Amino acid sequence: MSNQDSFLLDEIEPEVGERINASWRAAFAKYGELVLIGSAPTLLAMASTEAFAAEGLPQQVVDVLNYALSLEYFEATFYKTANGTEGLIPAKYQGLFGEIGQHESAHVALLSSVLGPAAVKAPKFDFTAGGKYPDVFSNFQTFSTLSSTIEDTGVAAFKGQLGNLAGTTVLATALQIHSVEARHAGSVRVLVGKPGSDGAFDKPLTKSEVLEAVKPFFV
Amino acid sequence: MALGQSYSRRKVLRWGGAAASVMVAGAVLPNFGLSSALAADLGEGDVAILNYAYALEQLEAAFYTKVTDKPFQSITQQEASTFAEILGHEVLHREFLKKALGEHAISDIEVDFSKVNFDNRASVLDTADAFENLGVAAYNGAGPLIKNVDYLAAAGTMVSVEARHCAMIAALVHGPSAASAGAGHTSGGLDAAMPPKGVLAEAKPFIKTPLTSASFY
Repeated sequence: MSNQDSFLLDEIEPEVGERINASWRAAFAKYGELVLIGSAPTLLAMASTEAFAAEGLPQQVVDVLNYALSLEYFEATFYKTANGTEGLIPAKYQGLFGEIGQHESAHVALLSSVLGPAAVKAPKFDFTAGGKYPDVFSNFQTFSTLSSTIEDTGVAAFKGQLGNLAGTTVLATALQIHSVEARHAGSVRVLVGKPGSDGAFDKPLTKSEVLEAVKPFFV
Repeated sequence: MALGQSYSRRKVLRWGGAAASVMVAGAVLPNFGLSSALAADLGEGDVAILNYAYALEQLEAAFYTKVTDKPFQSITQQEASTFAEILGHEVLHREFLKKALGEHAISDIEVDFSKVNFDNRASVLDTADAFENLGVAAYNGAGPLIKNVDYLAAAGTMVSVEARHCAMIAALVHGPSAASAGAGHTSGGLDAAMPPKGVLAEAKPFIKTPLTSASFY
């Protein structure tokens, strides 16, 4: 399983923290004044649907949310297919993947509603990654290993965007999705026999690193 | 899914007793110098947020130190290694925050685990579950309050590890399951986000040191 196991994780391993911190600072130098807004009470008061209308969001935030939406479509479609495939998931793990699938679908619906007309359309996927994982939906080990790496990638992807969302009304929601992805990642890692966490500090991934990692799955 | 729920204060804890679910405003009000010398002023702004996280990480590290020092009877290998792993993370979080705060760091807090029966597996796992879920809700609620993007980035690297801990603890009880994926602690695919005041009220039964900040009310 080492080959499949390391496929996405290889993308996570490099020490990217410092580079990402630098890019966040650059983004803020350019963007900070526009989005950095006031006090805690202001932020707390903004949890209304109106505050999230896409037309009220800066283009950079729309781009981040569409990137997140694409990844959520990826995950939601992956689990919808798996959960609908007879005989793939052992009975004792159907609750786990059913729950994860529900969350991912909810994330798709939420991000779509936030973006409104600006939302990207559902991409098309090839979960065999061009034939690299031919038994993804017939072999539970392949499926669960892939699930584990996909969830770890999702956590790192959201984390990589937190700086771009700082000071905006959608940061709170992004954080609430981010930690749910980490629950998924921890659960599936335990299932496949890995430690729930790869250390005390989870690393972020940049958008380009994530897109490179998931590219084989997008048709 | 209404985004308006982002800051709704969902029940994330299962501690018994009314005290744990009652908001105690006094816990976070300035103490006007009247409290005992044990009181810790968290400061204001980002310093207050970091000290708040530091206090919670101290609480978690102290808890797992007790769990691993004197394990409950017939603890399994998987349980022992999970607790040891989590302890390692919480200690690193605590030390990271202490170092980041430098001279602004509060002193060591005094914890109170009299409500925990460390000889009882269920008590230990329930408390671990409560602390980890409180930690996730705390970081999620604090994130938008952080002004410095580097601190936000740092919080981001720790909150997901706390969420992984939630899954690991739930998996000890239920195996990899809907519960470990967040059932019961999430709503509409979202984790809770609690403001500091609410978190400190939940944590108050376990922290003897009064924690004060002019920023949290």
